[in-house]
Amino acid sequence: MKSLRLAALAPLAFIAACKPVVLAPAGDIAAQQRDVLVISTLLMLLIIIPVIALVIFFAWKYRESNKDAEYDPEFHHSTRLELVIWAAPLMIIIALGALTWVGTHLLDPYRPLDRIAADKPITEDYAPLQVQVVAMDWKWMFIYPEYGVATVNELAVPVDRPVEFTITATSVMNAFYIPAMAGMIYAMPAMETKLHGVLNNEGTYEGFSSHYSGHGFSHMRFSTYAMQPADFDGWVEKVRTEGSALDRTRYAELEKPSEAVPVMYFGNVAPDLWHAILNRCVDANRMCVDEMMAVDEVGGFGMAGTLNVTELTQKVFTRGPTPFGSQPVVVDAFCTVLDSQRVYGEEQVIVAARDTSPLRGHGLKPGMSLTPTFTLLSAPQRAQAL
Amino acid sequence: MTLTEFIFGRLTWAAIPIHEPILIGTFAAVAVMGVVLLGSMTYFRMWGPFWKNWVVSIDHKKIGIMYMVLGIVMLLRGFADALMMRLQQTMAFDGGEGYLNAHHYDQIFTAHGVIMIFFVAMPFVTGLMNFIMPLQIGARDVAFPFLNNFSFWMTVGGAVLTMLSLFIGEFAQTGWLAFPPLSGIGASPSTGVDYYIWGLQVAGVGTTLSGINLLVTIVKMRAPGMTMTKMPIFCWTALCTNILIVASFPILTAVLVLLTLDRYVGTNFFTADLGGNPMMYVNLIWIWGHPEVYILILPLFGVFSEVVSTFSGKRLFGYTSMIYATVVITILSYLVWLHHFFTMGSGASVNSFFGITTMIISIPTGAKIFNWLFTMYKGRIRFELPMYWVIAFMITFTVGGMTGVLLAVPPADFVLHNSLFLVAHFHNVIIGGVVFGVFAGINYWFPKAFGFKLNEFWGKVSFWGWVLGYWFTFTPLYVMGLMGVTRRMRAFDDPSLAPWMYCAMFGVTLVAIGIAAFLIQIGVSILQRDKLRDLTGDPWNGRTLEWATSSPPPSYNFAFTPVVYDIDTWHDMKQKKYERPAEGYKPIHMPRSTEAGVILAGLATICGFALIWYMWWLAALSFVALIAYAIFHTYNRDRDFYITAEEVAETEAARTKLLASQV
Repeated sequence: MKSLRLAALAPLAFIAACKPVVLAPAGDIAAQQRDVLVISTLLMLLIIIPVIALVIFFAWKYRESNKDAEYDPEFHHSTRLELVIWAAPLMIIIALGALTWVGTHLLDPYRPLDRIAADKPITEDYAPLQVQVVAMDWKWMFIYPEYGVATVNELAVPVDRPVEFTITATSVMNAFYIPAMAGMIYAMPAMETKLHGVLNNEGTYEGFSSHYSGHGFSHMRFSTYAMQPADFDGWVEKVRTEGSALDRTRYAELEKPSEAVPVMYFGNVAPDLWHAILNRCVDANRMCVDEMMAVDEVGGFGMAGTLNVTELTQKVFTRGPTPFGSQPVVVDAFCTVLDSQRVYGEEQVIVAARDTSPLRGHGLKPGMSLTPTFTLLSAPQRAQAL
Repeated sequence: MTLTEFIFGRLTWAAIPIHEPILIGTFAAVAVMGVVLLGSMTYFRMWGPFWKNWVVSIDHKKIGIMYMVLGIVMLLRGFADALMMRLQQTMAFDGGEGYLNAHHYDQIFTAHGVIMIFFVAMPFVTGLMNFIMPLQIGARDVAFPFLNNFSFWMTVGGAVLTMLSLFIGEFAQTGWLAFPPLSGIGASPSTGVDYYIWGLQVAGVGTTLSGINLLVTIVKMRAPGMTMTKMPIFCWTALCTNILIVASFPILTAVLVLLTLDRYVGTNFFTADLGGNPMMYVNLIWIWGHPEVYILILPLFGVFSEVVSTFSGKRLFGYTSMIYATVVITILSYLVWLHHFFTMGSGASVNSFFGITTMIISIPTGAKIFNWLFTMYKGRIRFELPMYWVIAFMITFTVGGMTGVLLAVPPADFVLHNSLFLVAHFHNVIIGGVVFGVFAGINYWFPKAFGFKLNEFWGKVSFWGWVLGYWFTFTPLYVMGLMGVTRRMRAFDDPSLAPWMYCAMFGVTLVAIGIAAFLIQIGVSILQRDKLRDLTGDPWNGRTLEWATSSPPPSYNFAFTPVVYDIDTWHDMKQKKYERPAEGYKPIHMPRSTEAGVILAGLATICGFALIWYMWWLAALSFVALIAYAIFHTYNRDRDFYITAEEVAETEAARTKLLASQV
């Protein structure tokens, strides 16, 4: 029993001894989540404590050696008691269910904040600080699109300014979690998740991946600094001046798996980089996922689509050769002349599509036609078959 | 492709971990134990009896016992993993990297989860159902006795593949559910995930078939008079569990097939590229995974019901309400899977829906706890070993239930998901519910299976080791969860975690004592079997039919199929001064033992091994042999025999004499 009491009281009794960040967070969202957690626990204790007490009391009272206790072997049904034992948990669950419904909607990570703290409601329109988060193997990249800077394994935000995180991953699943700030949300490749949060107190807080993601998972941690706005501006300046440029080539190097990576700064982040990361087309030869979906939505390219691919030549973390079936491939980008110039400069050879008659795909809606007006790059061998 | 590559696939000398001292030590220990075991079996000429009485046996009681033995053996492996993990986490602070590298540690926590769920908890549950349920419904065996033997050996096959990964190649480093893309061929190119897939597929066939088997047995083979609402509550929970198995294991099979295709033929079901969607895997595996936890706990709810009623000397309180509660849990267990990933970005309404359905499950579960409570009320509680476990369960599980409901509240889950709080929660319900229940069941039914009770002293040592060990291990994990510590970490930055980790290490040592005491308990009991012998067949003053027959029961269970008039049939019979008939025996129709089960399962295991190592010729050969042998077996018409009336009379007369000598 002693250890049981310890279990029930541990969070409160040890609040000073350990650092129960979940129970004493520094951000308003996490604080509200903590409140839901505490209220739910108290609600349930209303029934849990009497039950445990009764177990012990009955076990003691009706022990065989206690001949004074009543023994009634025929007492095995009581409608009134049955009603109570079903109704009591039901009542608790109705209360908890209501709390859950309201709490879940209010604390939906996708919902923009309507208050900075309990006593600071937001009344006017505001622009949250945008931070784009990329979970990489095994490090975190943070892009600040407003400022054109990025960091690896370090996050800074101004105190009391709402932050909107947009989150994706390069290869495998992770979860983005700063316990002091707000609950976690998963980071998944080719998908974008969102999280709104705010930090109310200055300080340094731990952030990490809370979903196991492989070899380097344990060291996939970063520090989060909550700073006064002026200090934050200074920090951005520092990142901009100390940092090197982050373009697609540099990103491709970074993307390779590495462990326990030190903090890195980048000024001058390519503006379309985030879109390319999210849509898995940092390598400009690849078709972006959103384009792929747009093409599919109008019916796809039919058989031609199966040819518009290139075998993966280099080892990529997420794709590997299988014993049967074709080599792993990537879908090639359709490239306009402008695209080509942007990516390769003037010297690239552009080859016109050999066949410019309208494409016929099984799923093409009548009246819709996809004419390959784009020209194709010469680089992918297979693509020339078009 | 060279000839060696053709023959051995990707199996090379490099796959043998001679550079890993821990594994070499393990291998040496296993080899020594194996040689001692096999040597003594040969010396005592036990191979023949072992083959004849156990391996090819289709007696549900023997198969049940073999499932329990498998569970105990695999518990030792799973627990060794747990010890190593706890030790690593007590060492790796503040830049310390501990004694396990990531390659090793990641395999250990994956294997721990897989083994504990699939090869410890599942065999225990299936074993209990196999042994008890036919006796409780007054049947001679299960509906498909050969299938039962086959199912058992398939489960063993899965366990063998999982264990082989220790010494040949490696196991998955993905966590016990192997989420892609991490479990895809790109991020996990070696054999680990393939061992995982084929181990579970081979064992999964066994589980599914055994589910069908037990389900049909309960529906079709109850003794005359035993209507559904006169069935012992353990059989009700077994019924619901097997419905869950039959309905959910095919989903696991299907999702693993899709993952297999991704890994073997380059499809893109769960890749991030070319239209694949890893979240589909997460959904599918949890649609199996959530019912799975009820598959594990429901039969133990049945065990607790039987034990609490027997030792309180009362009929179970609220029998009907217990059935409703079990059925409601069965249905609801399919409507909650998304609570395992509230944090993957579902909308607030979806999260609320699954949160609330999850909480609703606590209502029937709460009703069950109350029913046990009021069974004790106005009872005469005998504190024998099984009852100890029930009391510990009721206290421990209630706390686990509370933290479970807490995790079902999405805003709370957002801060606790994947944390050590979650780890503490599910160990709280699995140890506090499933493991305590299994020990209650073993202590309760052991005299039925072997004819003598288990030693009480060592039973109590085991009990206190487990119960205190549980609390000392997992209370710190709850606390660390609230400190924001996530699971599956190999090394920690924060030195303030150290005291909690030491406390958990102390707890796990107590559990080790509990396990050791359990093994000693069995050994001591065997040595003292004459002192602990029970000749009545009813050592606890039981209430259900299994106590009506001798301990151990004869192969035919009951000389005459009992007729049932009331719930708690045996108690009813005793009340009415039931007399065992001494004559009028008829020949008893029984199924004949067959070696087909072990041969088929052996071929399936070889096929799995060949697929893991890309030995295509062996895979094809063993697969063809498997099908051919299965067809060949259908021509085996020699499947049954009669126990003659004289033999039955002889057995029963011997028992009459024994019983008379007791009075």
